Amino acid sequence: MANADLKANRPLSPHLQIYKPIVTMVMSILHRITGAALYFGTILMAFWLVCAAAGPESYQFAMDVFGSFMGQLVLFGFTWALVHHMLGGLRHFVWDMGHGFDLSAANWMARATIIGSVSLTVILWIIGFIVA
Amino acid sequence: MSDMRTPLAKVRGLGSAKDGTTHFWRQRVTAVANVFLISFFVILVIALQGADYASFTEALQNPVISILLLLVILVGCLHMKLGMQVIIEDYIHSEGLKLLLLMGNIFFVSIIALSSVVAVLKISFGG
Repeated sequence: MANADLKANRPLSPHLQIYKPIVTMVMSILHRITGAALYFGTILMAFWLVCAAAGPESYQFAMDVFGSFMGQLVLFGFTWALVHHMLGGLRHFVWDMGHGFDLSAANWMARATIIGSVSLTVILWIIGFIVA
Repeated sequence: MSDMRTPLAKVRGLGSAKDGTTHFWRQRVTAVANVFLISFFVILVIALQGADYASFTEALQNPVISILLLLVILVGCLHMKLGMQVIIEDYIHSEGLKLLLLMGNIFFVSIIALSSVVAVLKISFGG
């Protein structure tokens, strides 16, 4: 195989761009992405608490940041990531108990995760606006 | 080929990383706790939205709220430390960078956790 073309035209195993996205796969990827987003989102929680601990003026500054349009947008995304990651986690608990592995159950749970996370996020924000 | 593992290694069942299912177990324990703690956190944030400074500090001076908030911070940070560790181990294949990021993960989580805990304690003890 001295003349083998090692660089080009080699067969590739199927990967992300080849597979057609299916709901269980997308939910798996979203679970990891929301987890990573929440990781960096804790900067906002620490910012909020440290500003409050520093005194009334910096607390007001944090409130203004979170109250701005961009702040609200980020917090809405934060809420969805939190809810989605939690529902994804509940799905993992079901699997941990040895249930939900057949195709119909896995697909059903994946759809429930995304529908549930979006609707719960909207409901939480409606409650938020009512309370405020 | 015969099994090269010693009988002792087999009976311990800790694998090559030497900590067996410890990572998995901690991940799940913190996940179960987070279902309740994060639900509390979301309700707390909704209740405190737009609160003025006086009512915010008054809420955090309630020991039940501050203790639960401290648990949210500590359990949440432990859970996300475990999760980010897995992401790094999955995608970073160069040993040097991986080591650096695994350390950075611990530093980041420690800073977030400690600064949040100190802030909550300061407010709850009365500023």
